[in-house]
This record gives sequence, structure tokens and C-alpha cells, in this order.
Amino acid sequence: MSSLTEEKRRMPTPTLRPPSTPHSRRRRALAPYLFLSPWLIGLLVFVMGPMAASLYLSMTDYNFLQDPNFIGLDNFVRMFTSDPRYLSSVVVTATYVLVSVPLQLIFALALAMLLDRAIAGIAIYRAVFYLPSLIGTSVAVAVLWRTVFGSDGLVNGALGALGIDTTHSWVGNPDTALMTIIALNVWTFGSPMIIFLAGLRQIPRSYYEAAEVDGAGRVRRFLSITIPLLTPIVFFNFILQTIYAFQAFVPAYIVSNGQGGPADSTLFYTLYLYQQGFANFDMGYASAMAWVLLVVIAAITGINFVLSRYWVFYADGDR
Amino acid sequence: MSAETAVTARTKPPARRVAMHVLLITLAVGMLYPLLWMLVSSLRENENIFTSAGLALTDATLANYVRGWDAQQNSFAIYFRNSFIVTGSVIMGNLIACSLTAFAFARMRFRLKALFMGIMLVTIMLPEHVTIVPQYILFSELGWLNTFLPLTVPKFFATDPFFIFLMVQFMRGIPRDIDEAASIDGCGPFQIYWRIMLPLVVPALATTAIFSFIWTWNDFFRPLVFLTDNDLFTVPLAIRLFVDLGGTDWGALFAMSVLSLVPIFIFFVFGQRYLIRGIATTGLK
Repeated sequence: MSSLTEEKRRMPTPTLRPPSTPHSRRRRALAPYLFLSPWLIGLLVFVMGPMAASLYLSMTDYNFLQDPNFIGLDNFVRMFTSDPRYLSSVVVTATYVLVSVPLQLIFALALAMLLDRAIAGIAIYRAVFYLPSLIGTSVAVAVLWRTVFGSDGLVNGALGALGIDTTHSWVGNPDTALMTIIALNVWTFGSPMIIFLAGLRQIPRSYYEAAEVDGAGRVRRFLSITIPLLTPIVFFNFILQTIYAFQAFVPAYIVSNGQGGPADSTLFYTLYLYQQGFANFDMGYASAMAWVLLVVIAAITGINFVLSRYWVFYADGDR
Repeated sequence: MSAETAVTARTKPPARRVAMHVLLITLAVGMLYPLLWMLVSSLRENENIFTSAGLALTDATLANYVRGWDAQQNSFAIYFRNSFIVTGSVIMGNLIACSLTAFAFARMRFRLKALFMGIMLVTIMLPEHVTIVPQYILFSELGWLNTFLPLTVPKFFATDPFFIFLMVQFMRGIPRDIDEAASIDGCGPFQIYWRIMLPLVVPALATTAIFSFIWTWNDFFRPLVFLTDNDLFTVPLAIRLFVDLGGTDWGALFAMSVLSLVPIFIFFVFGQRYLIRGIATTGLK
């Protein structure tokens, strides 16, 4: 009997809570903003403020030493009409994105499909294929690449072993230098591979079994089941890797000693931006370049979202 | 590997299993070959480095490491110390600031939530080049150029929105009953965040810490822009000096390159599970 009353006494009832006063209500309404305040301050001071400043600077001739003069759209006109190095940086970067992203995703999907089955030691394989993604942007790997594709590097050594003698430096030749950096990006297919693997795991095995019973072959199952069900993941990977690829910097910098050579063949957009902003201190021009980059990335992402309606398939019919 | 192969060989024809492993091992060796070659080269005498593309090591020596350690203006001890100071601060900043923000987004109700959330997601895609010039000017006004502050302070203000997103995703997976119960027991929002939510999202915190470490350790662009004093150089800047000076001491260069990757390998080995999960949910590199 006594235990029951005790039970009753310990039961919390809403009326036991402190009455909600206007003061405490205001405090509760304020709490989310307190939690958000570091982020909000950071957003204003390190992101939004600088973006506004950068937009303004892009229309000036600011060189860090003298006060900026407003020159309207001159920087943008200069880029597209009287700066051949800018245009080559656009071509280099566009080539890099267009070639390396699809190749990287093809490798990623192929390996994900190989690994998407009960294989002994799958965790080890997954880790090994993923590892280059983690270190691909490090200076150490860029240095390695520069040597591997150098005149007496690993690539020529391997070709020599196959009986093809060459003393050609792959990084020193304008025709092949960009290709070596593309190879580096393809080599880091591990992180899209992991995302593909996660996506493949979501596809019910029963679909494949049913298709097999209906007599669908390997290719047919891949084209009719895997690919359609994987399109949201393909899309996600494609968007992300494209955004990353536009911003590639370290390998180009290291391979060419910060110059973008030979013959501007590795003058990536971001490398040229760095040269203009922090070697020539032409910060107005660098800001203008940054805004073009932002607009291009936003436009490509936006176009991809629109196009995705025609090829990305969501199982629940949601778009 | 062969023992594991034998165990699973029961389920499928052994020949196909073996063929699959041969294929995967070949690919894996191909992937790692350049890294292994760098490791082996760092242990070879300088004059032998380019004589062989193979991995056979006949005359292992640590001379490159000894020479490389002091080959630059400062000892690599200084560069490693600098890198550890920067990465340590960044990890702390990201953990504190991003978890506070994520908690508000995942668990609290407020009027501007949808708007703020949208802004946060958009900033994930923002190239750092758009803000780097004005940030340089700002830090120069503050007298912060040539200090670690431009590399560390912004992180205490949640400027890596990827991690906010990661933690929001994680916190949403935690049943609301838990914090509602705590709230009825009289816990304020901060107590719920600190005593209930944080212990439950340790995997997300670990993922954030590991990625923060690896990205910051690898970062070259921001230190290149903000640091000019050799005493403050991080490891990547110090390694780049070998290349810039056009030296031919490849052995020393490889030795220091290998050392620069060691902390990443350690984090990779211990954090692999978290890294893979982080990538699968957010697409972090």
C-alpha cells in the first residue's frame, strides 16, 4: 500500500513544472540563437562579409597597396578579351573536369560493383582502394606524381621493362602534363566508390533474382536494374566530384613549381587565380576570377539539377 | 588473405573466387604501387633511386631520413610541431562550433530555421577562392598574417558546414523521446546538448575529428597564402621547399614525404570505419 502511494508521489505531472512566465518563454525562444551564434558570427565575418567585399573588389583595380578604384566590369572584359593566359586556364580546367570526372566515376562504379558481393577481406580491399582519396591532395603525393611521371620516373621505368624505351618526361611535356594530373584525380576514385557501394547495398537482391528467373543476362540486369536504381547516387557523385574538380590546385602547383607550365598546360583556374591575387597582388582581378568560378559552378550545378529530371530515377516517384 | 579465401570458398566455385581475388589484388597492388615505390625509394641510397622501378630493397638505409630531417631552414621537428598545433586547434574548433550549430538545427524550433538551414547547405558548395582575398585583407588589418590565427580562428565559428550537415544527419537519427524526457526532468537546452546529445553522437564527432585532421594536415592553399615566415611553416609548405629549391636530393624529399603521410595513415587505420561512414552519408572527400 505504501509503495503505491510513493509511486504516485513520484509520478511527474505537468503542473509540477515551473509556470511559464513571459521571461522564461523569451529565454527559450532565444536559446536556438545562442546555440547558433558562433555559426552566425562566422557566416557574417568569414563568409558573407568577404563575399560582399569580393564582389565589390571584383569591380576595382585593388592591388593591396593602394586604395581600390572602381573600374566597373573592366576586369571581366579583360579576362575574356585581352588575357590569353586566363583563357588557357579556362581550357585547362574545363579539359580536366570533362575528362577526369567521368573517368573517375567509371572506375569508382566498376570497383564498387566488383566489391558489392560477399568477398572475403572486403574491408581490406575497400580501404586500399579508398586510401588514395585521402592523400590525393597532399603535397607529398603531388611530389610523388611529379617524380613518377618524370623523365626517369616509375612510368618510364615500367615502359622500359615492357621494351618501350623512352626518356620523355611526362610532366615536362605540354602535350602530356595535364594528363598526369588527370591520372592523379582518377586514382582518387575511392570516395565516390564508397558512395556507390552504399547505393548498391540499397538495391534489393530480390530484383536481381526475379530478373534472373525471367532469363535476364548479366548486361540486361545491369542496364535495367542497377543503373536506373543507382541514378540518384550517380547524380550525387557527379555533382560533388565536379565541384571538387573545378577547385583542383595542389597537384598543378607542385608539378609546375607554381608556374602552371610547361607552356601553361597545367595552368589550372585556381592556380592562375592564386598567381594573380597573391603573386601579382592584382586582387581585384583575382576577385573577379573567383566570382566567375562561383557563377560557373553554380550554373553547372543548377543545369545538372534541371537535367536530372530526365535521367535520375527515384524509386518512390518523388522528384 | 588466403585463409579467408579458403573459408568463403565453400559458397561458390573456388576457381571463380580465386580469379576474383587475383583480379582485386592486382588492382590493389597497382593502386598502391606508387606509394610503395616512394617508401622503398626513401630507404634507398640516392644514386639507386631511379635505377629500378621495382620494390626490391637490397641496401636499406635511414640516411635519407637523417639528412632530410634537417635539410630545410628549420628542423622538421618545428614543421611537425606547427602542423600539430594547427590541426589540434582546428579539431577543437570544429567539434565545439559545429556540434552547437547542428544541435540547434536538429533539435530546436525557431522561426528562421528553414532559411538558415538552406544557407548552411549552400555554403557547403562555396569555393574558398571567393572569400580568400577579402579574408587575406581582413587578417592583414587584424595583424594576423604570419600567425596561425587565420588557419584556426574561423573554425571556432563553424566555417566547415560539411561537419554541421554530418552532425545534423546523425542527431536526427536519435529518438526525440530521450531529450523530451530530459526536458521534463528539468534539463535546459544546454544540459540536453552537453549531457545527452554529445555522448550519443560520438561516432559523428569522431568522423569530424578525423576528417578535420586529415584535411588540415593536407591543406596547402591556406598556409601558402597566410604564412610566409619559415618558423611557422606547416609540413606541406616545408616539403614544397625541396621542390622549389630545385634540389636533386630525392632520397631526403621522399623520406620527408613519407613522414608527412604517417599521421594520416595512423588516423586512417584507426578511423577507417568512421571515415567510410562519413563518406557514405555526406560525400566528404
